[in-house]
Amino acid sequence: MSAKDEILGRIRSALADAPVAPEVPREYRKTSDMGEAELIELLVDRLVDYKAGVDVIDAAQIPEFVAAKLAGASSVVYPHGLDTSWLSALGESVEQRVDAPGARLGIAELDETSAVVTSSAVSVAESGTIILDGEPNQGRRAISLVPDQHVCIVPVSSIVRLLPEAMPRLTITRPQTWISGPSATSDIELERVEGVHGPRTLDVLMVRGL
Amino acid sequence: MTQVFLGMPAGGQGNLFETEPFPKAAHRELGNTQMRKNLRHATHTIRDKRLNVVGELPDWEELRDAGSAIKNLTMANLEERLEEFEKNFTARGGVVHWARDAAEANKIVTELVKATGSNEVVKVKSMATQEIGLNEHLETEGIEAFETDLAELIVQLGNDKPSHILVPAIHKNRTEVRDIFLKEMPVVDPNLTDEPAKLAEAARKHLRKKFLAAKVAISGANFALADTGTLGVVESEGNGRMCLTLPETLITVMGIEKVLPHWEDIEVFMQLLPRSSTGERMNPYTSLWTGVSEDDGPQNVHIVLLDNGRTRALADRFGRTALNCIRCSACMNVCPVYERTGGHAYGSTYPGPIGAILSPLLTGIEVEENGSLPYASSLCGACYDACPVKINIPEILVHLRGDDVDANRDKHKIPTQMDLLMKGGSWALGKGKNIGLLEKALPLGRLVSGKDKKIKKLPGIAAGWTASRDIPAPPSKSFRDWWSDEKESK
Ligand code: SF4
Repeated sequence: MSAKDEILGRIRSALADAPVAPEVPREYRKTSDMGEAELIELLVDRLVDYKAGVDVIDAAQIPEFVAAKLAGASSVVYPHGLDTSWLSALGESVEQRVDAPGARLGIAELDETSAVVTSSAVSVAESGTIILDGEPNQGRRAISLVPDQHVCIVPVSSIVRLLPEAMPRLTITRPQTWISGPSATSDIELERVEGVHGPRTLDVLMVRGL
Repeated sequence: MTQVFLGMPAGGQGNLFETEPFPKAAHRELGNTQMRKNLRHATHTIRDKRLNVVGELPDWEELRDAGSAIKNLTMANLEERLEEFEKNFTARGGVVHWARDAAEANKIVTELVKATGSNEVVKVKSMATQEIGLNEHLETEGIEAFETDLAELIVQLGNDKPSHILVPAIHKNRTEVRDIFLKEMPVVDPNLTDEPAKLAEAARKHLRKKFLAAKVAISGANFALADTGTLGVVESEGNGRMCLTLPETLITVMGIEKVLPHWEDIEVFMQLLPRSSTGERMNPYTSLWTGVSEDDGPQNVHIVLLDNGRTRALADRFGRTALNCIRCSACMNVCPVYERTGGHAYGSTYPGPIGAILSPLLTGIEVEENGSLPYASSLCGACYDACPVKINIPEILVHLRGDDVDANRDKHKIPTQMDLLMKGGSWALGKGKNIGLLEKALPLGRLVSGKDKKIKKLPGIAAGWTASRDIPAPPSKSFRDWWSDEKESK
């Protein structure tokens, strides 16, 4: 008998008493009617608490702010679907590297890249969570992982208050990364310290009118 | 006859056993004052944080109700859910393996690693691989496993054992961690201070090259979504993302109870889990992957679905809800017994209140080594209140104590002191007249007490009680006698 057949057989005999499967009560909050200003305020509060850098800006200000955030970087990687006008104010000193299908950056190259700029799919204000789901303007998981600084664009129109409100906006079968602040650990005396293996700096640009 | 037993649930193996009886281990661990101080500090920090973030959600109880019901529903249809998961994970390029027990799982993983030609693996913290003793097994096969979670790294470098499911090095304070790093890391700044940020930085440097060069990673999973074939890992440091993204081969080992019916169900668990475990609104990173994604992440993706006693626990109709556990560790952080004895006293990979029920349920209570675990509790109920999926741990503890007594009675045949006491108790408490008779004898107790009106040593198994405390001598008159005297004199 194969291991699978045997385990499934064990499950059948373990459940010989045929336990009743309960109805799942879903009385928790699934929607909210929080307005834009409050959503922004809540998400900013959560991200600041996680020690992320946060700026709330208008769409026209993106190039200027991206350039300011990358002032100390020597190189930046971006996914092929990113709106390249966002990088238009970058100085000559910042080398731009695109990660595209058929022209992928290797791990060593990514390791030598100071920063990454991506967009994002949806953000949950209540928990301060930004979700990337591999759309062409967010790219492969590796590019937002290896460089030490992540500049992440969050369109204000993509902010929801509750996690259940974010679910319909996700394509769950794409590789996803849910990000709530820069990497951190609570492993020493259960006190949170920011900055371990993932990007140690997370700069969020929340963009109105996008 | 053997035919009949083929599909019968079997007990789990591996690191699921007490290495000595709990009272003995607890006695020794209690003598370690540094560890107790560290634990007290850490568990109290996390308790306060948890209460704050849980209190923020107006629908916390509704989330718990949903979480608990989703888990019960899953267990009731476990066979269908697993088959559905296998179908979907396979359709997207993943390979599913099934393992009856620890030995079989270790063998499967070893073969998969060997097939890649690599003799090194990086690991994301996983309870399942600890339960089956995977690292030790790989070592005997000439494969080196590198733990990448900071706490696991501290434990591995210090040649220590984990003592908590979420923060395995919770028994070490920052200075002890620094000393381990200075001693064990091949390249380390000799002026390393004990600031947690500096220690995290040292861990980053130590592991960076490993991550970037790793060909094979081994992970656990916090959940598997049946209707899409998706797996998820919840973490903080980014070591998980490194392992799940950069290597060519990814092998996940997961208990069969971790499957969830619908992908939307994570909207419940991703609210319950981080707030209950680290007391954060959300953990820094969660990764989800569904089989193989072209051009993104490992292209050779496997999962080993592990039984190792889970079906045995499932067969216990009073104990099966222990399988609903999402390993958040809230129950150990609030447990007065855990806070004082630490995780090592429980022997098994699963310490604390959940360990006290889960380990014997997985192995079988009749297994001698785990007989004392259900007694490692004062039944105060704090664990039940804290549990995000509402596992009634005290109730299961009492049920298992009953099973333990039954198992022992069958073993001994002749009645034990405990049996006689219980018989006596039921006679005494059965009728008011009987207890009245007994109480008449109470003043006799004053004869065995010393001058300080304390009884210092009781005979037989009751000696265990007086080993650590004195009993005041009984009063000269019982309450019943006093009451009837009072009434008469009115
Ligand atoms: S039993 Fe409940 S509280 Fe304890 S670890 Fe499991 S889910 Fe968390």
